[in-house]
Amino acid sequence: MKRILVSIKRVIDYNVRIRVKPDGSGVVTDGVKMSINPFDEIALEEALRIKEKGLAEEILAVSIGPVDCQQQLRTALAMGADRAVHVQTDVAVESGCAAKLLLKLVEREQPVLAILGKQAIDDDCNQTGQMLAALWGRPQATFASKVEISGDRAQVTREVDAGLEVIEVDLPAVITTDLRLNEPRYVKLPDIMKAKKKPLETIEPSALGVTPVERLKAVKVDPPSMRSKGVMVKDVSELFSALRSKGLV
Amino acid sequence: MSKILIVAEHRDGKLNPAIAKCVHCASQINGAEIHIAVFSNEPSSVAADAARISGVAKVVTVIHPAHAHALASNIAPQLAEIAKGYSHVFGPSTTFGKDLMPRVAALLDAPQASDIMAVEGATRFRRPIYAGNAIVTVEVVAGTQLVATVRTASFEPAAVGATSAPIEDATFSAALPTHTRFVSISAARNDRPDLQTAKKVVSGGRALASADNFKILYQLADRMGAAVGASRAAVDAGYAPNDMQVGQTGKIIAPELYMTFGISGAVQHLTGIKDARTIVAINKDPEAPIFEVADFGLVGDLFQVVPELEKLLASNG
Ligand SMILES: Cc1cc2nc3c(=O)[nH]c(=O)nc-3n(C[C@H](O)[C@H](O)[C@H](O)COP(=O)(O)OP(=O)(O)OC[C@H]3O[C@@H](n4cnc5c(N)ncnc54)[C@H](O)[C@@H]3O)c2cc1C
Repeated sequence: MKRILVSIKRVIDYNVRIRVKPDGSGVVTDGVKMSINPFDEIALEEALRIKEKGLAEEILAVSIGPVDCQQQLRTALAMGADRAVHVQTDVAVESGCAAKLLLKLVEREQPVLAILGKQAIDDDCNQTGQMLAALWGRPQATFASKVEISGDRAQVTREVDAGLEVIEVDLPAVITTDLRLNEPRYVKLPDIMKAKKKPLETIEPSALGVTPVERLKAVKVDPPSMRSKGVMVKDVSELFSALRSKGLV
Repeated sequence: MSKILIVAEHRDGKLNPAIAKCVHCASQINGAEIHIAVFSNEPSSVAADAARISGVAKVVTVIHPAHAHALASNIAPQLAEIAKGYSHVFGPSTTFGKDLMPRVAALLDAPQASDIMAVEGATRFRRPIYAGNAIVTVEVVAGTQLVATVRTASFEPAAVGATSAPIEDATFSAALPTHTRFVSISAARNDRPDLQTAKKVVSGGRALASADNFKILYQLADRMGAAVGASRAAVDAGYAPNDMQVGQTGKIIAPELYMTFGISGAVQHLTGIKDARTIVAINKDPEAPIFEVADFGLVGDLFQVVPELEKLLASNG
């Protein structure tokens, strides 16, 4: 069966104003809206479109983390994923460990594609997809803004600093998504009902033979240094004079 | 003692200026010995530039026809091979480094610290999380090899030294994978300064309302000798190409002057300009969040402000 594996990370919603805890132990998450990482939502949308074109048969959504991740997996199932796997753990999972866990699932499920978000908007690491590709010994097409599958190959347009790069990869491969790849669909109410009946498997990291270890410890979290509010100028000539006096124009 | 390997990014025979910034970052680790690795089909000019960066002790070149185009799947196995014996492996936090370094980290089974913005010791670094709304201090377990990308907006470039470090060739017998192939790159070529290194940047948002209207910003930029940037909304709408996007998922820049026209100031945009020396905001909404961070703010219609500003620049040239 032609299968696509998609990663789903539970993160603080991108519209929430982030507050650092006064004791420096992290950021406030209590009572804060949580969502699917926006890049992962794009990954799932892309998988759904590939399936709708008849180029894949099953979409497997995977999340790693505490029991609450199942909410995001249910949303993924409502969007159209066929099946979900929740790797349940309460300890911090670094990208390297997430990649090892995903690799175990890749070996079990044999997908033709693994599509991941290019980064998660909480830790902003931008690592897991590339690490999975390395461990799997397969191609990586990161920061994708266009994906075209033909036969056992994919042509991927990548957003790079210089512009747009096109590469061709043999499948199976890992793709990581950029924001302009697609616009994810909205979930409809009947789909939420249907999603409740779709299979969601829970598995411990130990059952996959992986023990999460922390190698990069977070010592403390601080708020960023704030820029101070400057001055308002009344018109263009005052702006020009201000910039001129600083030697900027 | 720390031994640090930095991977060179280059294009058209030129070393990316981000590498001198990586060297500066690495040199903040006490007593570090810094080496640079160049992967190329024709490394000589790039290696010569790298060897002249002050603080660099050695340059290692890896010559292979496959390195005519930088592909992570080709560079990573060779870089991981060379990197054995180094305490740290650094790359720039550009799309090149972001693509490559995690692949290397996984091959080395090393953790990676992304976007390091400050060095607090050989094992301790600071990096932004949540689009720069929080800064985490991370500590790697002693004795663990660390891979990192360097947030180049946080570091000045290391100086060009008077002497050149030795250049050595490394050779590999193992075949490179053929599963990933370069097809093409479409890079907008223009005569304007490069967005990532420009001293001045003029940037436009959704308010520009069309690609055609963006021309008024190009004109202004040309008069000022500035690069042009854009918000995600402007890029998504097709008013500007993707390589102009500034922010969390675009470029992180630190120019002396950053002027925004019709950009609201979303956190994802602001994270890309936190280190700009002077920020100027032109927006018709006095409540726009961009004014909270602007050094100079002007409430007004950009379609009036831009031509007026250009006129003043022309007459006071
Ligand atoms: C995961 C994620 C990552 C993101 N990454 C980025 C990123 O890297 N970079 C980025 O920029 N955004 C990013 N965004 C998007 C970001 O949240 C905002 O949506 C975006 O920055 C808004 O762009 P804008 O300011 O141009 O548009 P708007 O927010 O629509 O603002 C337009 C502004 O123009 C003003 N205006 C309108 N007409 C005029 C006029 N005639 N004269 C003067 N002012 C006028 C309005 O008052 C308004 O303030 C990201 C979002 C997410 C979810």
